[in-house]
Amino acid sequence: MAKMRTRNHRVVLSRSAGGDAGITVIMVILGAFMFLPMLYTLMQSLKPLDELWMYPPRFFVLKPTFRNFKDLFSLMNTSWVPFSRYIFNTVFTTIAGTFGHLLIASMCAYALAKIKFPGGRFMFKTIQTSLMFHATVTTVTSFILMSAFKMIDTYWAIIIPAWGSTLGLYLMKQFMDTNVADAILESARLDGANEFRTFWTIAMPMVKPAWLTLIIYSFQGLWNAGASIYIYSEQLKSFNYAIGQITAGGIRRAGASAASTVLMMAVPIIVFVISQSNIIETMGSSGMKD
Amino acid sequence: MSKELKAVRRTDITRRQWIWKEMKKNKVAYVMVAPYMIVFTLFTVLPVVLSAVISFTDFNMLQWPHFVGVSNYISLFFDDDIFLIAVKNTFIFAAIVGPASYLLSFLVAWFINELPPKVRALVTLIFYAPSISGQVYLIWATLFSSDAYGWANAMLIELGVIVKPIAFFQNAKYVMPLCIIVALWTSLGTAFLSFIAGLQGVDKSLYEAGAVDGVKNRWQELYYITLPSMGPQLMFGAIMSITGSFGFGGIVTALCGFPSVDYAAHTIVHHLEDYANQRYEIGYSSAIAVILFLIMIGANMLVKNIIAKLGR
Repeated sequence: MAKMRTRNHRVVLSRSAGGDAGITVIMVILGAFMFLPMLYTLMQSLKPLDELWMYPPRFFVLKPTFRNFKDLFSLMNTSWVPFSRYIFNTVFTTIAGTFGHLLIASMCAYALAKIKFPGGRFMFKTIQTSLMFHATVTTVTSFILMSAFKMIDTYWAIIIPAWGSTLGLYLMKQFMDTNVADAILESARLDGANEFRTFWTIAMPMVKPAWLTLIIYSFQGLWNAGASIYIYSEQLKSFNYAIGQITAGGIRRAGASAASTVLMMAVPIIVFVISQSNIIETMGSSGMKD
Repeated sequence: MSKELKAVRRTDITRRQWIWKEMKKNKVAYVMVAPYMIVFTLFTVLPVVLSAVISFTDFNMLQWPHFVGVSNYISLFFDDDIFLIAVKNTFIFAAIVGPASYLLSFLVAWFINELPPKVRALVTLIFYAPSISGQVYLIWATLFSSDAYGWANAMLIELGVIVKPIAFFQNAKYVMPLCIIVALWTSLGTAFLSFIAGLQGVDKSLYEAGAVDGVKNRWQELYYITLPSMGPQLMFGAIMSITGSFGFGGIVTALCGFPSVDYAAHTIVHHLEDYANQRYEIGYSSAIAVILFLIMIGANMLVKNIIAKLGR
């Protein structure tokens, strides 16, 4: 007979022990598939060179060392464009891209969600449709357009397209639909606040989880951006690109390369850990109604 | 009552006049959407339109383009064998990775739904992390490296299955399945988070009512209560998974090099990059882009309609 048991619910729901066991086994297998490669990446970065080239390979590190990270930082010092420049490039484009996106996408989302005006629905439909194709389709013609605007080989080539990210606008609009009550906006309007004021002082403070989510998504995209076809100058290239270049040196640099992977993955993971509950809250309204 | 004071009713004016009136009344809305819509139009809408136009020309970045009709499309389908391989591979890839990542995202989200919040957060992190960690997927190149220092080879040799190491990513037999596994590994992204949130958002009282009404086990609960309450999330997740399943070109290039051995993992994205970035045949590559665009939109529309039908 099915075992009766309480979980998060007040009323007892039936959950069979067999089902619980089966699900646990599946989850452990899937979890191992997801987690072990990540753990192995970390292990590799802590292995001294002789352990990296050991036969048969061992999963766990025997004599953990931070040697690889030290090597990575000393390799950084040898690059002809100072590494601080690459870091600046990534930080600058990330901040400019992310905050520009947050500002204009939130403002647009507010108007689309909370003001009824001719064309608004059509605009949102178009944006929603654009979620259906991958950006690779537009790289070639974007390049042509950017050359026409003289944006090639400038920071703008990275920053401005980031402002137009569609997923961010979509999530913000959906979140405002469900979480900003029309009545509150209406009373602010009656008190004489104009739309910009209503947007900035009433709506925005109510959607904190959504703007945190927009920031995280934009940040992830820009942080992980490697070589861009829109940038030629070495001095304008991203941290991710530069780190890939210095660790691409084959066997001798295998340790530094493993360390760089860990460094690059640690940042987005830490950011996600901090913001997880807000992102999940935002996703609560991500559903597509039609 | 004087005539001027009479309120204007919707029927007193033509539709066009009414729209114009509404537009004037909501001027501020247009100001607010303008910055985003301009960027969106310039870098998302216009490139698609421009691709469609250029695909009917022989543009090559050097000479003034000539109109060539549909000849780019004809060459693609009748003279370009590699393109047909790319189409086939793209469909295989998307048909496996899309649905598999969708199902995996949903199942994992559903399995962890009843765990205590802290444990759930940890499991979420474990499954989500590969999709946000940049180039961490290169670890698969280490695990399946072509020498005996790679795990896969070392294990097979130890077990006596093989004598000499296999060059997994240089072997036409293995590249496609391996790339699919790696793509799946990185595919629990936005759809996954959306499902987790959607499951948390299902009205708990429905479950209680269900238990009283005779829902016997978790599968019935899933079928009769959970899935019907999650329609919008299931739709959004499907679109994220499908669109994502067409965008794994970067992973393939990083693992197998370009072009992949015997074009075994050559997808439309690779074909596009080849003609655009290496050969500068922009007209031809635009035709490829248009086809890829149509395939993606078509696949999404199809699945969207299927899900909408199931929801009814």
